Amino acid sequence: MKKSGAEILIECLKKEGVKHIFGYPGGVVLNIFDVLYDEKDLELILTRHEQGAIHAADGYARASGKVGVAIVTSGPGATNTVTGIATASMDSIPLVVFSGQVPTMLIGNDAFQEADIVGITRPCTKHNFLVKDVKDLAQTVREAFHIAATGRPGPVLIDLPKDVTAGSADFIWPEEVKIRSYNPTYHGNKFMINQAAQMIAHAKKPVIMAGGGVILSGASKELKELAELAKIPVTMTLMGLGGFPGANKLSMGMLGMHGTYYANTAVQNSDLLIGIGVRFDDRVTGKTDSFAPLAKIIQVDIDPTSIRKNVRVDLPVVGDVKNVLRDLIKVLKESKEQWGAIRSSWLKQIDKWKEERPLTYRAEKNIIEPEFVVEKIYEVTKGDAIICTEVGQNQMWAAQFYKYDQPRKFISSGGLGTMGYGFPAAIGAQFACPDKVVIDIAGDGSIQMNIQELATAVINKLPVKVAILNNGYLGMVRQWQELFFKERYAHTHLETGNPDFVKVAEAYGAVGLRATKPEEVVPVIKEALKVKNRPVFMDFVVDWKAKVFPMVPAGAAIDQMIFNEEKPEKKLKAVK
Amino acid sequence: MRHTISVLVENKFGVLSRISGLFSGRGYNIESLSVGETIDPAVSVMTIVTTGEDKVIEQITKQLNKLIDVIKVVDFMEIDHVEREMVLIKVSPRKEDRIELLRVAEIFRGRIVDSGLTTFTVEITGEEKKIEAFIELVKPFGIKEFVRTGKVAIAREGVKKAK
Repeated sequence: MKKSGAEILIECLKKEGVKHIFGYPGGVVLNIFDVLYDEKDLELILTRHEQGAIHAADGYARASGKVGVAIVTSGPGATNTVTGIATASMDSIPLVVFSGQVPTMLIGNDAFQEADIVGITRPCTKHNFLVKDVKDLAQTVREAFHIAATGRPGPVLIDLPKDVTAGSADFIWPEEVKIRSYNPTYHGNKFMINQAAQMIAHAKKPVIMAGGGVILSGASKELKELAELAKIPVTMTLMGLGGFPGANKLSMGMLGMHGTYYANTAVQNSDLLIGIGVRFDDRVTGKTDSFAPLAKIIQVDIDPTSIRKNVRVDLPVVGDVKNVLRDLIKVLKESKEQWGAIRSSWLKQIDKWKEERPLTYRAEKNIIEPEFVVEKIYEVTKGDAIICTEVGQNQMWAAQFYKYDQPRKFISSGGLGTMGYGFPAAIGAQFACPDKVVIDIAGDGSIQMNIQELATAVINKLPVKVAILNNGYLGMVRQWQELFFKERYAHTHLETGNPDFVKVAEAYGAVGLRATKPEEVVPVIKEALKVKNRPVFMDFVVDWKAKVFPMVPAGAAIDQMIFNEEKPEKKLKAVK
Repeated sequence: MRHTISVLVENKFGVLSRISGLFSGRGYNIESLSVGETIDPAVSVMTIVTTGEDKVIEQITKQLNKLIDVIKVVDFMEIDHVEREMVLIKVSPRKEDRIELLRVAEIFRGRIVDSGLTTFTVEITGEEKKIEAFIELVKPFGIKEFVRTGKVAIAREGVKKAK
């Protein structure tokens, strides 16, 4: 029996197990939306901006581990998703994005709302397709989901001309999908894995550096087993947070530009660095020539292009992190090493570094310190919330002062650094995990980049919380201006233009709360957590002078850190 | 180092753009590029000549392999192979030099594919060195125009690592 292109598309989505789609209608996708109108098994969530839809799909994917799906119209609808597609691409997040396109007859004619979105998104998707014939639609959707979710995951875009969704064909679901030119390597080379095991046994000062690949591959359990078996301390990249329990004794927290003193120092002094699902981003390595100068480097990654792209690698292992770690653990278990004895002096040294310079923040009496807010959110939620972030200081404080004990609890735009990401991502995460507390830790700058999504959260009765660390500035840029541009705050002051965030929330039908004194922080958080059917904005008016420390200046080695120089020492609060 | 890389791709629209975009987006240079169908019309082969340090070439081949539509990548640097390029050169010699030009062309096994009152167009096929040498020789005659196909390469029978 023949079905319309739009019906075929929806059937395909159901076959793929899709439950939620984030989207925004328009002229050339009307056929699809018309089918969705009667659909019971699939929910379309109408956002208030296409950028909101794409970030929500991304947050949904990160929180659930499933493929996120978005549908938008042609032209501006499609181009509005580009930032979100690039965000997902940089962080290897599986998305399938459907964009409407003008009818095939009109493509290339500069028709109304026409944009060459396949051309535009070519460099920021894992792959993309233009469907020219409705007969190819089911096969294309099948391939798109396969490509998005397997190997190193990533966003895939399918451009759907109007005549394709309006046309009709027999619906044939391809049970199997095989693409001859796409065969990711899932299992690590045995010889390499044996080599790695030997290097681990010979190392006196090993460090594991875990990245987003650990979370994408679902390898947290294996990572913990490896670290605890061979007694190797673990540091995580921003994308890797939660891949290893932050409160575990072997955890050194995050490394890099705003990494902990002990993580950066350990990496610089290590004799073996085991990079697992990391791409050695410049925010992690600092000056690459002086990165881990004493260490042999092992790199485990499913994507061969990640290996040796940024730093020298002594032993590459191409494969899925979970499989490689399983094989590695098997080999290590056969060895007779007395791991505890071999590592005790190294672990003691790391404990000493932890004692020496823990994370600290200014402890002012009458002003709310932003780090204090994050610390209290951690305490009140008992570390069990899904934390989304925007980008800037809020993101770094959320990474430093909240300990993530499980994967998929920290959702943040790492590679692209997209302001305006966190709030729609939190909406997506809340759809994926309706029973979890979802909190977006935001700044007053970032939240205004997608603030319209309040309407989406309100209409869907989502209890998403937004903690605005309101310092009246684009804080991270201001911090750089203070430190490196003689306190010339060029175009970073926002306070005078900021709206009353409580009133904004209320205007949308959400709850608005505000804290201006330290003692109001916990009550505000607790009150926000009581709200179960509406979003809440918590406006924390915080110390505008607070800066993110430690800090490695751009282009420096990662052990050349700037610290919080507040004196006397006792005014600094240490957090362990 | 200069490398000749052969890329087997799915013959789909947009593939050339994916490949050239990979080069331009990452700041790699394409010195020459030729594209054509293989015996299987669903597959095309691209021959790309590019220059870079080993690290750059490693990234180029890995990135090419990563593209979904790429079936196979071969760097001929490591392989015993045959390379050829074709040029069409339009020369306008003085009357008294016309015979001499034809002689030079003959030495290089060139073919005259067009002749007029004032110009000859010569077709030359061969390795890069031969083509460069021919161009140098005919320069004094007065080259009006020339076009090159870009290199194509194929492995010799029983491919062995050259090193």
